[in-house]
Amino acid sequence: MKIIKAANLVFDYIRRNEEGEVEDVNRALDHLNVEIEKGSFVAVLGHNGSGKSTLAKLINGILLPAEGTVWVSEMDTADEERIWDVRKTAGMVFQNPDNQIIGNIVEEDVGFGPENIGVPTEEIWKRVDESLRAVGMTMYRKRSPNRLSGGQKQRVAIAGVMAMKPQCIVLDEPTAMLDPNGRRDVIRTIHELNRSEGITILLITHYMEEVIDADRVIVMDDGKIVMDGTPREIFSRVEELKNYRMDVPQVTELSWELRQRGVPLPECILRKEELLEALLPLLKEE
Amino acid sequence: MSIQAIDLSYTYGQGTAFEQHALRHVNFEIKDGEFVGLIGHTGSGKSTLIQHLNGLIRPTGGDILYQGKSIYSDGYSLRELRGKVGLVFQYPEHQLFEVDVFSDVCFGPRNLGCSKEETEKRARHALKLVGLDESFYSQSPFELSGGQKRRVAIAGVLAMRPEMMILDEPTAGLDPRGRDEILDQIERLNRQHGLTILLVSHSMEDVARYVDRLMVMNRGEKVFDGTPREVFRHYRELEAIGLAAPQITYVVNELRDQGIPLDETITTVEEARDAILGLLEKRGKLK
Repeated sequence: MKIIKAANLVFDYIRRNEEGEVEDVNRALDHLNVEIEKGSFVAVLGHNGSGKSTLAKLINGILLPAEGTVWVSEMDTADEERIWDVRKTAGMVFQNPDNQIIGNIVEEDVGFGPENIGVPTEEIWKRVDESLRAVGMTMYRKRSPNRLSGGQKQRVAIAGVMAMKPQCIVLDEPTAMLDPNGRRDVIRTIHELNRSEGITILLITHYMEEVIDADRVIVMDDGKIVMDGTPREIFSRVEELKNYRMDVPQVTELSWELRQRGVPLPECILRKEELLEALLPLLKEE
Repeated sequence: MSIQAIDLSYTYGQGTAFEQHALRHVNFEIKDGEFVGLIGHTGSGKSTLIQHLNGLIRPTGGDILYQGKSIYSDGYSLRELRGKVGLVFQYPEHQLFEVDVFSDVCFGPRNLGCSKEETEKRARHALKLVGLDESFYSQSPFELSGGQKRRVAIAGVLAMRPEMMILDEPTAGLDPRGRDEILDQIERLNRQHGLTILLVSHSMEDVARYVDRLMVMNRGEKVFDGTPREVFRHYRELEAIGLAAPQITYVVNELRDQGIPLDETITTVEEARDAILGLLEKRGKLK
């Protein structure tokens, strides 16, 4: 089953002068088509300005397409009467955790969403409990969000989205502002939500190491999807990726460089363990 | 000539119940022309430290010497210091505000009291240093790409003609190519123009590739200070304080654990590639 379908999507950022005449049109999405399978973990790569964030905002109904349609669980995001259902179904987490947290204590912040849509109090507390547990932040529930680290704040933001009982979470570079520890915690958390709660994940990122465990990787360029496949398929095309201003994980790069120079290694190595396994027999002395 | 931190300490909320020691007796000297990296997890004191270096915060203990003189001594011009020690904050593009790129870069030198002619000369030079040609001058800074905006912001600091530049995570949120472009640019400023650089980063891969010397902060203390190769050799201790070594260091160390004679201080893909190729060649396994 598809949870997200986008057909022939076009979106333009239009600049107008003081008289309201169009001065400049910047096409962010150019007849893009994509379908996302329910329960899958999809990573979206692409350089700054390739249209990733615009796509994310269209899925959540923050922006509406100029042409084409987005369906979230069969609901058209342009249907004003369904917009709140769309946002409940596809929650969103942004880059800067400080811009997303409003509560004075963690549990209040997580309960804000459901309270806003009139969920009964008892049910709110149940959801807060479950969401905090899901992101591993239960022990911080009475703390002030200001005193948390970046990674912890981001997990609180994710809990806030979870409390809306979404089927899908779109995360727009959730780890860009975090240190290595925070990054690892957030990525582990969203994989856990995907695995145990069956939440569909759409992860936008610039960190190649965060992508290798995804079910599917999409690469965007110029408002279109230019590569689409499993991490192994995508990262085996090193030169093509570099053309799109992307990178590959360090072990993949090292294996690729060694292969280029005639070292017999398997085609696309994504993990340290794979590289060690392939290299050791070659390096051991007879 | 250098910038020196002497027994630098800073306590937030001193004397209150919320007292927090952000810096504890930090000592170091950064010499002119050095390219130094600064790493540490969130809350380790990095930001507090760099705000001291151009006098934005007054320490609760210790001193900062710039070219041998205490920046907190009577009559010392902090305004002048800030022209010499340029600070590029995180997400510096949030501080762009002028109608076009050129005016934005002119803001700094004009504020320092430069003549119109000198201001424009500096702005042109600074923009050239970050690789933005005249076609960008009249563009609105808000319509540039993420990497371009950041370069404008860096040019704004360069136009003050600093002797040292401190950059707080200058590549956060940039795509891989944009990241490489900015770091290459910074490297050129250091190598070709002799600018002293202090680079704060969360990316171990980036510091391994670019800096000559690496300082590591933890709980307000400086815990390591050396070349990246020396520092990353302590990767197990780095992990214990919430950091890590570049992925390559782990690969090399696990190979070493299996008895493969590789240099334990390898930190970059290129070094690992050459070392492995050399070994294979020696064993006659490379056609």
